[in-house]
Amino acid sequence: MVKTFGEFILFLQSMLTRTERLKVLWQRTLDEAILIGIDSIFIVMIVSAFIGAVTCVQIAYNLTNPLIPKSTIGYMVREMTILELAPTITSIVLAGKVGSSIAGGLGTMRITEQVDALEVMGINSASYLVLPKIIAALLMFPLLVILAMGLSILGGYLAGTLSGAMSAPEYVEGIRTDFIPYNIAFALIKSVVFAFLVSAISAYKGYFTKGGALEVGAASTGAVTNSIIAILLADYVLAAVLL
Amino acid sequence: MIEVHNIQKAFDGNQVLKGITCTFASGQCNLVLGGSGTGKSVLLQCIVGLMKPDIGSITFDGTTFTNNKVQIRQEIRRKIGMLFQGSALFDSMTVFENTEFPLKMLTPSMSREERRDRVEFCLKRVGLENAGSKMPSEISGGMKKRVGIARAIAPNCTYLFCDEPNSGLDPATSIKIDELIYEITHEYNITTVVITHDMNSVVEIGDHIIFMHKGLKLWDGTKDEILGAKVPELREFIFSSSLVRAAKKVDDATEGGLEALASEPLSEV
Repeated sequence: MVKTFGEFILFLQSMLTRTERLKVLWQRTLDEAILIGIDSIFIVMIVSAFIGAVTCVQIAYNLTNPLIPKSTIGYMVREMTILELAPTITSIVLAGKVGSSIAGGLGTMRITEQVDALEVMGINSASYLVLPKIIAALLMFPLLVILAMGLSILGGYLAGTLSGAMSAPEYVEGIRTDFIPYNIAFALIKSVVFAFLVSAISAYKGYFTKGGALEVGAASTGAVTNSIIAILLADYVLAAVLL
Repeated sequence: MIEVHNIQKAFDGNQVLKGITCTFASGQCNLVLGGSGTGKSVLLQCIVGLMKPDIGSITFDGTTFTNNKVQIRQEIRRKIGMLFQGSALFDSMTVFENTEFPLKMLTPSMSREERRDRVEFCLKRVGLENAGSKMPSEISGGMKKRVGIARAIAPNCTYLFCDEPNSGLDPATSIKIDELIYEITHEYNITTVVITHDMNSVVEIGDHIIFMHKGLKLWDGTKDEILGAKVPELREFIFSSSLVRAAKKVDDATEGGLEALASEPLSEV
């Protein structure tokens, strides 16, 4: 465990030495941002809209006391979405999609000697391949989380009003009640931390793949599993420290 | 010229290279010959810097590579072209982009037009002038090797390393790849090191041959000397080759052995 952590730190260090020219790094980061961000928009939209909808319906189902105003549903959807569901669930979904893609891609490059080919050319393969992925993830995760927040709240609105659990003005009133802007900042901090964890852990697992196709699959699985565990641990630590 | 001095490498106590000392001359096709598991590829990886030897040193034209400053190692590496066993083409790039890649990365001063001209020249040189827009998944194994060679020579490499260039290829394509490597070596005066266990390659392109067995260099010489070598392991290796066995059969029936065989069309072998 300690050895693995040490190797992980050295891997990150190697990525920052002998970096490529800024132009190359920028171009590679843009390419990765498309793969990590743009190509993940659809899945994030679907997941977040349904999570918002389900959250709204389930809160409405549990809030049967007539003394509690219906606007509380909107308030709770907003709080749950911003504080937890949007950053954490989106990052877990991205750990599955992006993490496995990063680990699988790098693992395949490793076993087919493409990483060696870069090294022989005198290119720092960790810097060329991994650094742009991490920068792109750091840029795109917060944007996807902002999208997820909006769509979750919209999903809750549609589910709540269409099912008749509450009226539109009640939901909107709940959404606007006791809003704390810091919660948005907290969610974005979480998304940046999660982005780093998912991209760096997945890259590490993929970059050091040894063997054949079976090991690439194992690296992808390991990347997703470890990323999700890291997200949940970091989620708790950040909540304890920042709230 | 590449000088390898007393290279040793062990994995988990298993000594794979047991003190290899040899010299690879400039402008020659230097073959490292040996059976599977004899440490040929490990030697190659030590030479190109993908692996660090436990003991020993490697010098490229008088400049020490092992344990030298990173900048100096980088300088040497930028003169190295390598053809990998599986070609190692970048899947996400076309043939043209693969060939252009080292130029883009290593010679930023080159203009787009200069790069395009150089890539077109290299692809033409390996006979792939019309394959530039194809993806690696759309071309054959032999074509991939050719692209690998084009990518290796694009930045005017001084040293060319080929790790089993014939693996996975049919005999006719193997010969064409061998010929290409040989021609390029002599045309551009490159120091070429080819890792192989193929006796065809010995006959075709072996200017200088090193025979390895169980992590040791047992013999070195030219292709004209190899059939007369007295090392039992080398003789066993040579005469286990289907090419040589076929030649012996021809020898029994005709005069000339290998030479007679080489002059025959491939379909006759």
